[in-house]
Amino acid sequence: MPQQHGQVLTAECVSKLYRRGSEQVAALNDVSLTVNRGEILACVGPSGSGKTTLLNILGCLENPTSGRVKVYEQIIVDEKKRLSEWALTKIRRQVFGYIFQKFYLIPTLTVSENVMLPFVFYRKHDAPADVDSILRFVGIEHRKYHLPVQLSGGEMQRVAIARALVNKPSVLLADEPTGSLDSTRTEEIGELFKQLCRTEGIAIVLVTHNLHFAQIADRIIELRDGKLSRPS
Amino acid sequence: MTIVHIACKNLLRKKVRSLLTMFGIALSAWVLISLFGFNAGYESSLNRDIDSLGYQVLVTAKGCPYEAATLMLKGGTGLRYMPQRIADAIAQESEVEAVTAMLMHTVFDPNKGESGGYSAYLGVDPTTFPKMKPFMEFMHGGWFTQPDALEAVLGYEAAELEQREVGDLLLITEKNIEVKVVGVLKRTGTQDDGTIFLPLRTVQQIFGVTDVLTGIGVKLKHEADITRFEEKMYRLPDVQVVTMSQVKQTIMTLVTTAKVIVLSIALIAVLISMTGVMNTVLMSVMERRQELGILKALGATSLDIFMLIWLETFVLCVLGSCFGAVVAVTTSALTDMLVRNILPYAPRGGLMQISMPLVVMTVGTVTGIGLVSGIYPSWQAGRVRPLDAIRSQEE
Ligand SMILES: Nc1ncnc2c1ncn2[C@@H]1O[C@H](COP(=O)(O)OP(=O)(O)O)[C@@H](O)[C@H]1O
Ligand SMILES: [Mg+2]
Repeated sequence: MPQQHGQVLTAECVSKLYRRGSEQVAALNDVSLTVNRGEILACVGPSGSGKTTLLNILGCLENPTSGRVKVYEQIIVDEKKRLSEWALTKIRRQVFGYIFQKFYLIPTLTVSENVMLPFVFYRKHDAPADVDSILRFVGIEHRKYHLPVQLSGGEMQRVAIARALVNKPSVLLADEPTGSLDSTRTEEIGELFKQLCRTEGIAIVLVTHNLHFAQIADRIIELRDGKLSRPS
Repeated sequence: MTIVHIACKNLLRKKVRSLLTMFGIALSAWVLISLFGFNAGYESSLNRDIDSLGYQVLVTAKGCPYEAATLMLKGGTGLRYMPQRIADAIAQESEVEAVTAMLMHTVFDPNKGESGGYSAYLGVDPTTFPKMKPFMEFMHGGWFTQPDALEAVLGYEAAELEQREVGDLLLITEKNIEVKVVGVLKRTGTQDDGTIFLPLRTVQQIFGVTDVLTGIGVKLKHEADITRFEEKMYRLPDVQVVTMSQVKQTIMTLVTTAKVIVLSIALIAVLISMTGVMNTVLMSVMERRQELGILKALGATSLDIFMLIWLETFVLCVLGSCFGAVVAVTTSALTDMLVRNILPYAPRGGLMQISMPLVVMTVGTVTGIGLVSGIYPSWQAGRVRPLDAIRSQEE
């Protein structure tokens, strides 16, 4: 395995059970994987196979029913302990950038305000310069003062990406980031992701239906009924 | 950009809802400020009314109802007579600085109003009465020329009501006697404005009630002991004594009942508007669960979210109660008019006295209560888990 010393995320024997009425559904079943610095990992699989669940657990947004999750060397959750909400928030701020399938821009805030959002909570004051350079990086600077409703799907996606990048995360988690984009836009986003890995050393985990888009990844894993059917 | 910025933009999103909620808060601030403004204004106006009588003690004939003094203030009817010599006797007391004898007489005037009404004439002593009320000023003319002249002095409003000026004649209906208006007083903001003054002896002669009085106003010396004087007065036969502080208390007791009712209404208004605040904020939290979850994923702590929602409540409450305060101040004249109609006794002069500290305190209190009712929704918001947002995209 390449760059074994640079493991950013580690999942060991992670399972997630959901209760649906009286029966239990195993959204994830004994999944183990690692994500290394500066690599793109694509996760594919049919709908309902547990991709989103995996992403949420890797991103410390959700706890697994069993198993262990580590971010760098820090144990987020295992059989014995679980980090506090505050510690989790700190990790989310420092390590992760999230891109959600439906962008989830705040409709009342302008493009640059949306991108600035993480700063509001970190209480950093050098925000505007960073925001401008990131907006330029994703090529949306000219839309800075527009509201989300005034943007096209592709533009919103770029804003969502800019927002995920503004805190300089070391891992970018993207759930179906090209779900609503046409093929040219999809390719542009793919290029952007590759550039991020090369220049910033960011690790990217992306979930996608689009097998063609998945080709930008260094590794592809496939989930089926909560199990890894094609371990990397 | 700060959390305040985000909170304000959120409130602007549902303008009508925010406005309605603010309106509710404004309403309770308005009611509270008006109520306490009335509280302060009524008492000081009443004090002024009583001070403008010029005397601290009113001696009336025994058997007059206890509220006689109230009637007196109102220019009322049904008073009993006492012999005139009592006035001289009282003047001899060591505590007394001055006395003025008064005789009130009312006459039914069938031409007054729609179904007739009473005209009241107050006979006053031309030598002592003006001295007791040195603050009375004339717009035109002056006091009576003779102690038994057929002359009248009209209060400002009485002159307007009767439509008489100095030099005009005024008909005393029942007796078919005309008196000449020799003076019209300036507006005093007291009961005197509505009074028709005649010389004491003239009233006695016209109505054939010689040597009697209905009231004796007694002005005491500064150092006098009112209670001791009162006791002395009770030793006199056929009289009773009403001190103006008693009158004030009686009136205040009557008004307290009204105040309690209004206060309960005010409390209900506050309660309702606070439920409104809670409802609005809770609703907007429920609608925005996803968004709040996203904010958490973007690094907001539970406390950040709590503060965000709480700030929204705060802005609503501050704006609402300030608006209510402005309304209360600008409509205080109207409120005055309305309140005047429902009160057992309304003194002349402003009933509403809205001061800056009162406004600030009410705005503070309403905002405080609003913030308390915002705690629960804000806490609910703080509990939203980031996952809720991501999960609901599946739907
Ligand atoms: N909160 C939940 N409660 C109950 N079942 C859930 C919940 N979230 C996901 N599941 C179930 O877990 C399985 C995996 O879901 P998910 O990870 O969203 O799949 P994917 O993203 O690959 O479509 C699905 O069967 C889904 O219905
Ligand atoms: Mg999914």
